[in-house]
Amino acid sequence: MRLLATTLLLVGKDVRVELRAKELVYATVFFATVVILVFAFAFWGGERPPVDVIAGVLWVTVTLAGTVGISRAFEREREGDTLRAMMLSPAPRVAIYLSKLVAITILMTIVEIVAAALVSLLFQLDLTAGLPRLAALLLLGTLGFGAVAALFGASLGRARSRDVLLPLLTYPLVVPILIAGTRGTVALWRGDEAAVSDFWLRFLLVFDLIFLLLGFWMFEPVTRGES
Amino acid sequence: MRNVYLASMAVIAAVGLVGSPLLISGAPLEAQMGFIQKIFYFHVPSAWVMFLGAFLCAGGSIAYLFRGSERGDRLAVASAELTVLFGVCVLITGPIWARKAWGAWWQWDVRLTTSLLLWLVFVAYLFARRYGGPGARKLAAGLALFGAADVPLIYISVSIWRTIHPKTTVVKTLGAGMRAPFWASMLTITALFLLLLELRLALERARARLDEAHLAVEDHLE
Repeated sequence: MRLLATTLLLVGKDVRVELRAKELVYATVFFATVVILVFAFAFWGGERPPVDVIAGVLWVTVTLAGTVGISRAFEREREGDTLRAMMLSPAPRVAIYLSKLVAITILMTIVEIVAAALVSLLFQLDLTAGLPRLAALLLLGTLGFGAVAALFGASLGRARSRDVLLPLLTYPLVVPILIAGTRGTVALWRGDEAAVSDFWLRFLLVFDLIFLLLGFWMFEPVTRGES
Repeated sequence: MRNVYLASMAVIAAVGLVGSPLLISGAPLEAQMGFIQKIFYFHVPSAWVMFLGAFLCAGGSIAYLFRGSERGDRLAVASAELTVLFGVCVLITGPIWARKAWGAWWQWDVRLTTSLLLWLVFVAYLFARRYGGPGARKLAAGLALFGAADVPLIYISVSIWRTIHPKTTVVKTLGAGMRAPFWASMLTITALFLLLLELRLALERARARLDEAHLAVEDHLE
């Protein structure tokens, strides 16, 4: 219970900081918009690209925007030296990890709503049919991605060349998430049987559980001495 | 003891590096693929030690992360470098074979993709250690551990996605003439790996001793 209360407190802190600065949301949403526009210019040649490509555009955009946002979030922590303050506080490390994960998920959910809407608009795709499933895929994908990014983002605190290292460390590890997310989305948009996207949903769920367990297990030792 | 081990690995590797090519050139040609199949004698042993290196690195990282073992950390960095090195061999020999056998340099096959990603994780490991600054050793250890745990997941996800690589069961179906050169290559490359690992560990140990001596002198001067 105390863990939950501490986590909520820490998430509340992140949300409050962001509501005042509004820096992360604006930067990440606009970054995602620009990336989708770049893809639209690159892939749009008269005919609509196949749904495989569009699903790829959505997931790649979310991944790229996610790293930019998370990088920036931890950079802000570093500038104010607040990550160190949090690590020094009696808050359990697991609560810090959990709060970062929740904050990342909130940020990325906002980005995903905008990104999905833009993809639908620019690639003339009707999203209404499989919307709940798409939302579930994106949410589970974000959780898995966040589980990895929160772990390494926090431990990159004082590292040099953080901006390059975060994607370098995260992307190879989240490939299973990307594959499952993209395949599930393609199945959805292609109008395959519901069983196909359900399969990938379950797949994501299992991956998330494993990633979260690894994250919980490793956050404490990896960030030890990071104060 | 360490010297005996080092010397025997050096001898096995040296004899093997001279002898295996003779065995390999004497081995019968594979009926369908012909000469290009011989790359298999390099490719499979390299892949084996690459995975061995990854496993050792993860083991060392666990010891370092959870028990603060400096030895574990030395083992981890030494085997990570060898994983990347032998990974390069795997990733070069694989496509050369694939060009001939499949008609394409690269296919998104499960083993290829998993090997490539495993290799990337360990490249990232070395990057993190070199450019990570303070705290990078812990971070890199976390990465090695996460990476090793992630590999089966990558394997599963890609194998559902697609697969065309020959199965590992081909080893059992090898023709009689191919078995000897294959196992000679396996032994040689493994001995070479262990030799390089021990040399690299010796370097790390020397470095640690130098650091200690440095600190001791500084303490003394103060």
